[in-house]
Amino acid sequence: MSGLSLNDVTKEFGNFKAVDRVALNVPHGTFVCLLGPSGCGKTTLLRMIAGLEEPTSGSIAIDDDDITKVPTHKRDLGMVFQSLALFPHLSVGENIAYPLRIRGRSKDEQARRVDELLKLIHLTGFADRPVAKLSGGQRQRVAIARALALSPRLFLLDEPLSALDAKLREAMQVELRQLQQKLGITTIVVTHDQREAMTMADLVVVMGEGRIRQAAAPVEIYRKPADAFVADFIGMTNLLPVEADGAGRAVVLGTAVPGLSLSAGVKKAQISVRPEDVRLTAPGDGAISGTVTFVRDLGGTIETFVEAGGRTIVAVATPRERPNVVAGSPVGIVLPAESCVVLEK
Amino acid sequence: MMQNWLRRLYFGVVALFIAAPLVVVLGVSVNQKQDLTFPPKGFSLAWYSQIFTDPEWRSALIASLLLALSSAAIAVSVALPLSWFLWRRKAPWARIFQLLGVAPFILPPVITALGFLTFWATTGFYGQPWTAAISHAIFFVTLPLVTLSLGFASIDNSLVEAASTMGADDRTVARTVVLPLILPYLVSGYAFAFVLSLNEYIIAYMTIGFTMETLPIKIFNALRYGYTPTMAAVSVFFVALAALVFGLIAKFGDIRKLLGAMGSEVR
Amino acid sequence: MRREAPNSLADYGPLLYPAVMLVVFFVVPFSTMIAVSFFKRDPAGFYKTDFVLDNYARFLTTFFGSVLGFSLMLAVLVAICCVAIAFPFTYLLTKCSRKVQTVWLVCLLSVLSLSEVIIGFSWSTLFSRTAGVTNLLVAIGLMSEPQALLPGFGAVLTGMVYQALPYTILVLYPALVRLDPTLLEAARTLGSSPVRAFFNVVTPALRNTLVATLIMVFVFALGSYLLPQILGRPQHWTLSVLITDQAIYQSNMPFAAAMAVFLVLISLALVGLTLLVGRKENAA
Repeated sequence: MSGLSLNDVTKEFGNFKAVDRVALNVPHGTFVCLLGPSGCGKTTLLRMIAGLEEPTSGSIAIDDDDITKVPTHKRDLGMVFQSLALFPHLSVGENIAYPLRIRGRSKDEQARRVDELLKLIHLTGFADRPVAKLSGGQRQRVAIARALALSPRLFLLDEPLSALDAKLREAMQVELRQLQQKLGITTIVVTHDQREAMTMADLVVVMGEGRIRQAAAPVEIYRKPADAFVADFIGMTNLLPVEADGAGRAVVLGTAVPGLSLSAGVKKAQISVRPEDVRLTAPGDGAISGTVTFVRDLGGTIETFVEAGGRTIVAVATPRERPNVVAGSPVGIVLPAESCVVLEK
Repeated sequence: MMQNWLRRLYFGVVALFIAAPLVVVLGVSVNQKQDLTFPPKGFSLAWYSQIFTDPEWRSALIASLLLALSSAAIAVSVALPLSWFLWRRKAPWARIFQLLGVAPFILPPVITALGFLTFWATTGFYGQPWTAAISHAIFFVTLPLVTLSLGFASIDNSLVEAASTMGADDRTVARTVVLPLILPYLVSGYAFAFVLSLNEYIIAYMTIGFTMETLPIKIFNALRYGYTPTMAAVSVFFVALAALVFGLIAKFGDIRKLLGAMGSEVR
Repeated sequence: MRREAPNSLADYGPLLYPAVMLVVFFVVPFSTMIAVSFFKRDPAGFYKTDFVLDNYARFLTTFFGSVLGFSLMLAVLVAICCVAIAFPFTYLLTKCSRKVQTVWLVCLLSVLSLSEVIIGFSWSTLFSRTAGVTNLLVAIGLMSEPQALLPGFGAVLTGMVYQALPYTILVLYPALVRLDPTLLEAARTLGSSPVRAFFNVVTPALRNTLVATLIMVFVFALGSYLLPQILGRPQHWTLSVLITDQAIYQSNMPFAAAMAVFLVLISLALVGLTLLVGRKENAA
């Protein structure tokens, strides 16, 4: 069964295409992260799935039901807003019970479900507290519990963790992922934080300028970016120009990379090499020669910035393989062919 | 510090200016004899009890209270659907009604009063008690309109959206989210209109002045035809009532916010 | 629930009742008044339907001219006094703790809501010979015997400033409370004393607000109709008093209406000016 399918969904605001023919098919129970820079259309897409915006064209289906024309309140959703949108006039318990209350469920059922959910989010005994008395992380969990109160068909989260500090955010990412796996609910999270997406998602959907640039598993997105935009957005990378010479070898910054070649007929392209794949050696044959401009020692990793052929290349190493260089040293750069992703588009 | 001392002095002078006439009136109101002397000679609360026992003062008090209660209710009943519509719908031309709601309050009151006088005289209802209630309601509709617009503007839209994702239709959202959130603004709008209606003179005078007396009309008439300390007692009563109402608003709401300290401008 | 344009007639439903109320009980009365200003006086009833400009022609008399001149002059004076007192006061108030602010605002609202009748009565008592402030001066030996300070121009001015001062403070309050405090702190770090910073930084930053407030207080003061009667002599009567007098005591509704229309035009012109100033401030 398809948990969510988007068929050429488009949203125009005047002449501006916020979302441009987005097509996506997600199996039931998948954890999807919509990832992209601000203004890429990810939030608009989420709001269309929720029914808070109407698509200009295209259709949306949840569990194979076309819901394009169904109003929000009949879509059977759970949604966590960026602002969390907890009702200030209701207590924690009343907030969580809200979807049950407006459906006229009995007081007993409401109380039982609130207890269950509070246990699930580790806030047993908090039912009568006012929302304003909670910490950021606790509020976050209450918003999640409220969205799950009715076991919705689709669980939507709009930048749910952006208000939390870094440590708490990381912990919540793990918690959210575990919760989703336990419940097996189709989940869509909007985020601009690629770490967050990598931690939680089964499927990462990278968006840029209203379009899907790549939709794949997190590791694949990292290892095999579809284009320069994705490569640059996900993690740190070195994007370098590459040319084919007469002998069919791929030449980067004037040096041929052994084992790397371009498709027949392609003269110029780009390669993406992750910093942790760049090796530094003594300057000499076979290596691109450059000069170290800056060394950033972060304790856990060491980033070396090398200028070569007018470009800055970053190499990341662990302290154990500590490269013996200082700013100003001449250095050789080796790009292993198996780590270079050729982006011919 | 020098500056601190200066500020205290300045606050003190303003406070004295604002309090002085009220203190004198308070003093006069407890005179033992029917004299308007200050400092008071003797001490008596008889003039206060007269508000409730003297048939003329009592009927004026009742008339004033009825007028204020009903006109504030009508004002809120007009302001609530109007401000709701302006918040909920995109209809720029509907702003004209907002302007109409604010205009009577901005214009000099004599003008609004004269407008009502000519209107009720023309339609033949001149002097009927209910004409004053409607006139006051229209005159003071500005107050609930402003507080309610502020209230609606302060509702975070994601709260409304969150309710609808959880299955609430428009009507349910209005009942379970919007109404509870604007209730404080509704109450303060009513309270503002109530207190000001209680104190209003010229419109009441021009609409029903020849057939009945509200407290301000009664005080004014007493001012012309014979002073009595009861006037002072009524004045103290009014100040106390206003302070009580606004004090309650401040206690249970945020009066600074109501007066525009935070949040967006009313538009 | 999206904010959307109304798309069916039923969506306009909530607007119906307020619209009817405001049109019937404000637009119609207002229009009636304008119409009446062209009617003729009827000594037996309220007015006779007609179309004459006599009521407006009466403006051209010297009596009317002097009343108008006095009204405007008094309102200007009240506006200047109020803003001069209220501006520094409100500024200092916004620097106080929330609690102090709240207490002051409650007091100011209470005074603002007071009937003009009560304000007039209170000041007439304070300025009277028997109960007035002069008794205190006698008590401390500054005066030999108490005397009445009213009726007189000073009494009228004091009463009207008293009436308009809370209004002025409450109009200034939002603008001052939102003033960026770093503006002043920046001036302080550059070596300005608090008092100098107030005049060199705060005042110019709020120049347009001050102008708008002056105009609003001016219109507010133009509307005062009882204080000049209670605290002043007939030569201190303003246009508002004259309108009341003509409408009620002289039973000349058409002339009162004509004066009212005239007062509306002045007020509207000034309110329009305020909006214009406000718009400039927003644009800046």
